[in-house]
Amino acid sequence: MIRIANGQGFWGDWLEAPVRLLEQGPLDYLTLDYLAEVTMSILQKQRQRDPNLGYARDFPPLMARLERLVRERNVKVIANAGGVNPVACAREVCRMAPSLKVAVVLGDDVLDRIDEFLAKGYEMRNLDTGEPLEAIRGRILSANAYLGAFPLVKALATGADVVISGRCADASLALAPMIYEFAWREADWDLLAAGTVGGHIIECGAQATGGNCQAGWQTMPNLADIGYPILEAEPDGTFVVTKPPGTGGRVDLHTVKEQLLYEIGDPRAYITPDCIADFTTIRLEECGPDRVRVSRVRGRPRTDFLKLSISYAAGWKAVGTLVYSWPDAIDKARAADRIVRERLARLGLRFEEVHSEVLGAGACHGPAAAPAPDPPEVQLRIGVRSQDRSAVDRFTRELIPLVLSGPPTATGYGEGRPAVHEVVAFWPALIPRHEIQPRVEQVP
Amino acid sequence: MKIPLARIAHARSGDKGDTANIGVIAYQERYYPILVREVTAERVKRHFGDLVQGEVERYELPNLGALNLVLRRALRGGGTVSLRVDAQGKTLGAALLRMEIEVGEHELEEGP
Repeated sequence: MIRIANGQGFWGDWLEAPVRLLEQGPLDYLTLDYLAEVTMSILQKQRQRDPNLGYARDFPPLMARLERLVRERNVKVIANAGGVNPVACAREVCRMAPSLKVAVVLGDDVLDRIDEFLAKGYEMRNLDTGEPLEAIRGRILSANAYLGAFPLVKALATGADVVISGRCADASLALAPMIYEFAWREADWDLLAAGTVGGHIIECGAQATGGNCQAGWQTMPNLADIGYPILEAEPDGTFVVTKPPGTGGRVDLHTVKEQLLYEIGDPRAYITPDCIADFTTIRLEECGPDRVRVSRVRGRPRTDFLKLSISYAAGWKAVGTLVYSWPDAIDKARAADRIVRERLARLGLRFEEVHSEVLGAGACHGPAAAPAPDPPEVQLRIGVRSQDRSAVDRFTRELIPLVLSGPPTATGYGEGRPAVHEVVAFWPALIPRHEIQPRVEQVP
Repeated sequence: MKIPLARIAHARSGDKGDTANIGVIAYQERYYPILVREVTAERVKRHFGDLVQGEVERYELPNLGALNLVLRRALRGGGTVSLRVDAQGKTLGAALLRMEIEVGEHELEEGP
């Protein structure tokens, strides 16, 4: 049996979580998932400004903090902290935690190969809209293939203490140590699917252990000290989901089921670079306090394609807010919204979208919300998006004047003008698997 | 009688681009047939009105006593493009739990 924990569900997750997991232990592997869909584009911009950047900058100092414990307890760390510059990330880890042996997985970055792919006739159509990539060719900021678990396994085989990758499938981070330790093969589809399900359960960190859990949240123990998830994985593909003893949160059928269904499509076909997992075969049972056993996972052969994560510049946006108080707070907010829109129209500004919501009056649930009575206050929230930055910039000056020139009781403008942000959009596509050649390098 | 879905199920929602999904889970296995009968794709689509611009697909997971609902074009562009406060659809699961469903009193009685 091996114990695999995940201490980071996204870049920006609780900084103490990986440290506490290692202290609480025992662990064999610690995985850290840093990359959301648009994180790659932010990192790409950072690398453009400085060729030594472009990775999750929280990671090297974290490894410095963990260095002694990782060595003493012989825990291997697997992280997709490399972003668009895994080698620079690895060098920084070596500098800050010099006693650790580091290996990197490369080959996911295909930004320089887009023209080659197009020339070969791969259209890389948007998986959601069907549009060919040609439509945004000139605006692409980053392009990475989701790699699977097997390149991570090769990196583990070098004897590294720390394995750093760029874009890889989230669930592959936890599957890799199972393949490595249990000598699973590339066609062991049921086993690979089982490990993938395990990886999916822990990839969002505390969302498996009671965080963001609808079921009984009021009685969820000690969320301030929530335990992050641990898999106790067996060579036969069964595993137990648990968390360190004495920590907050909960692991039961409810918390595990909510995470199993999180961000999936067809549950019969959960597609990763490693296999296709069938979630309708999974059997769950509570086998002790904060322990859920997972078994009977079935899998099918992997597809001949890898998913590409492409990001591109998609214009500019800004979101501004104003608060209105009782009486008639909702009506005042809606009147203010009409005034802003009329003033924008008179200026002749062009927007792709102007979207208004009244927070406190059904902004989240829309038509599904119950009609609101006259609340003590609401927040008007207006967002605009345009290819024309100056139009968005002008919008940011149109809210505060309403404090003196609009409906009464406008407040909450203390932050001043809202900021203008570049919109970096995500373009999911497919590429034949044989075009991508992952490789492993040891650093330094 | 009519009850809110929240009486018999919990839910979590998330996003993939402009698509949202909601995992709806029966608190007890014996409530699962009620979910299958009451929480149809058509009723979910109607419940969300113009918030969901595309289709609603429903998948059954009897092994988990759960349904997965996939809501297309539900996030006004989704991800970084959307101007919604809930651009990632984090609250749509809770919104679904407001839905009124029809159950027989015997269906909610404690089993043996």
